[in-house]
Amino acid sequence: MENQNTYNYKVVRQFAVMTVVWGIVGMLVGVIIAAQLVWPALNFDVPWLTYSRLRPLHTNAVIFAFGGSALFATSYYAVQRTCQVRLFSDKLAAFTFWGWTVVILLAAITLPLGLTSGKEYAELEWPIDLLIAVVWVSYAVVFFGTILKRKVKHIYVANWFFGAFILTVAVLHIVNSAALPVSLFKSYSVYPGTIDAMVQWWYGHNAVGFFLTAGFLGIMYYFIPKQVGRPIYSYRLSVVHFWALISTYMWAGPHHLQFTALPDWTQSLGMVFSLVLLAPSWGGMINGIMTLSGAWHKLRSDPILKFLIVSLSFYGMSTFEGPMMSIKTVNALSHYTDWTIGHVHSGALGWVGLVSIGAIYFLIPKVFNREAMYSTKLIETHFWVATIGIVLYIVAMWIAGVMQGLMWRAVNDDGTLTYSFVESLQATYPYYVVRLLGGLLYLSGMFIMAYNVWKTIAGSKPADARIPQTA
Amino acid sequence: MDIHDIRAMFSVIMFAMFIGIVAWAWSNKRRGAFSEAANLPLNEPEHPRVDTYKETQP
Repeated sequence: MENQNTYNYKVVRQFAVMTVVWGIVGMLVGVIIAAQLVWPALNFDVPWLTYSRLRPLHTNAVIFAFGGSALFATSYYAVQRTCQVRLFSDKLAAFTFWGWTVVILLAAITLPLGLTSGKEYAELEWPIDLLIAVVWVSYAVVFFGTILKRKVKHIYVANWFFGAFILTVAVLHIVNSAALPVSLFKSYSVYPGTIDAMVQWWYGHNAVGFFLTAGFLGIMYYFIPKQVGRPIYSYRLSVVHFWALISTYMWAGPHHLQFTALPDWTQSLGMVFSLVLLAPSWGGMINGIMTLSGAWHKLRSDPILKFLIVSLSFYGMSTFEGPMMSIKTVNALSHYTDWTIGHVHSGALGWVGLVSIGAIYFLIPKVFNREAMYSTKLIETHFWVATIGIVLYIVAMWIAGVMQGLMWRAVNDDGTLTYSFVESLQATYPYYVVRLLGGLLYLSGMFIMAYNVWKTIAGSKPADARIPQTA
Repeated sequence: MDIHDIRAMFSVIMFAMFIGIVAWAWSNKRRGAFSEAANLPLNEPEHPRVDTYKETQP
């Protein structure tokens, strides 16, 4: 096979470009539903455009289409280059791309039609779940197959994180999606009542821990050393925080079910493990940021590095906020309010979004055979537009959330509620406007990126780089 | 031995494993291997562009 001397960049190119496309689609739907909260008439009384149906479309599109494509692109790139071999199978890698694309298109059709299993972040019905399982197992085969045939001795730490992410998501998806179909479009979970809720949030929180954290830490461990030009601050710390992170995340799920029918001890267990999680999370953040130690000046002139490093500060912020919100007394105030939405978006826009965007800016010129992105200035603009958008978004949701929590729990001397629900909604209104503005800014950043990417790849002659022969 | 003893033992085993991993990671024996691994992303040659790629073909 003559192409065994080169890396497979085709699949990386496909996923890298689709990261930008799905980013725009998913964030656009997010902006639409944020606008619907300000102007409810924007659903035009069309069932397919109602908030309840577009919201899962938004979450699925940004997490699995945008985030997923970024993870496929970066993991396929990093695993080949740190193992110094071509991907295990070109055909199977191509199948993961087209299979994932079909999954996303099916989601975009079925969710607005109202076909849903009702499980958050796992809404897709059983036939699509089966396809996801097949694509994901193929992804695992391609990834671990590549590691098995590596030409270097060590398995670089980024691949440990990518590997944990791929393996765990397979287990989570298959267990949580276990369902009894009653028709092609309708199924019921095999788990009863409270157990179903526990399985769902074991899945849900580990989707955060492995899809949205371990996978993106893999990106961090490869792309930050590359962009800074020095090795990771402490390889030892990366080993310890890897094992601590993956063994702790598994137990934190019950914090999504504080003060519910879940047994009380399980709720407390979820809280304690969430508090413990602070240590391994910050281990990763410190390791990434300290890689810049002695080269801080690079942050001033390099906007790609700004994306990567600021993403880590958002990671640090949201992994401090998360354990705090899992404490039962804090959760009594924060749960069911917009504070949770603010917390999620500080992680999603700040950490996952910025680190993916930074990595894609690094990747695009490399795999499209260009010296650099078309415009560094536009990357800088994108960075500031996105960062201001995030700050507006999360500050608005923090204020709105704490205010809602305080209003809902306020009681008069005679024990009656001080405020009706609709009064808290009215008070939230201005913050929904600010949130919409923040979301719009973040989305415009993606359009700037799309233009920059377009100008970079237009007329390029992409080629697969040769694998060094002295491995 | 009932289920509670097993649970307690599990906690102790997990804690011992954590201490073990820390000791292993910080042991002097691993220093060289870790430094080799840490340099993996940096030791690869930069991307050959298409033209240079063609030149290197025999």
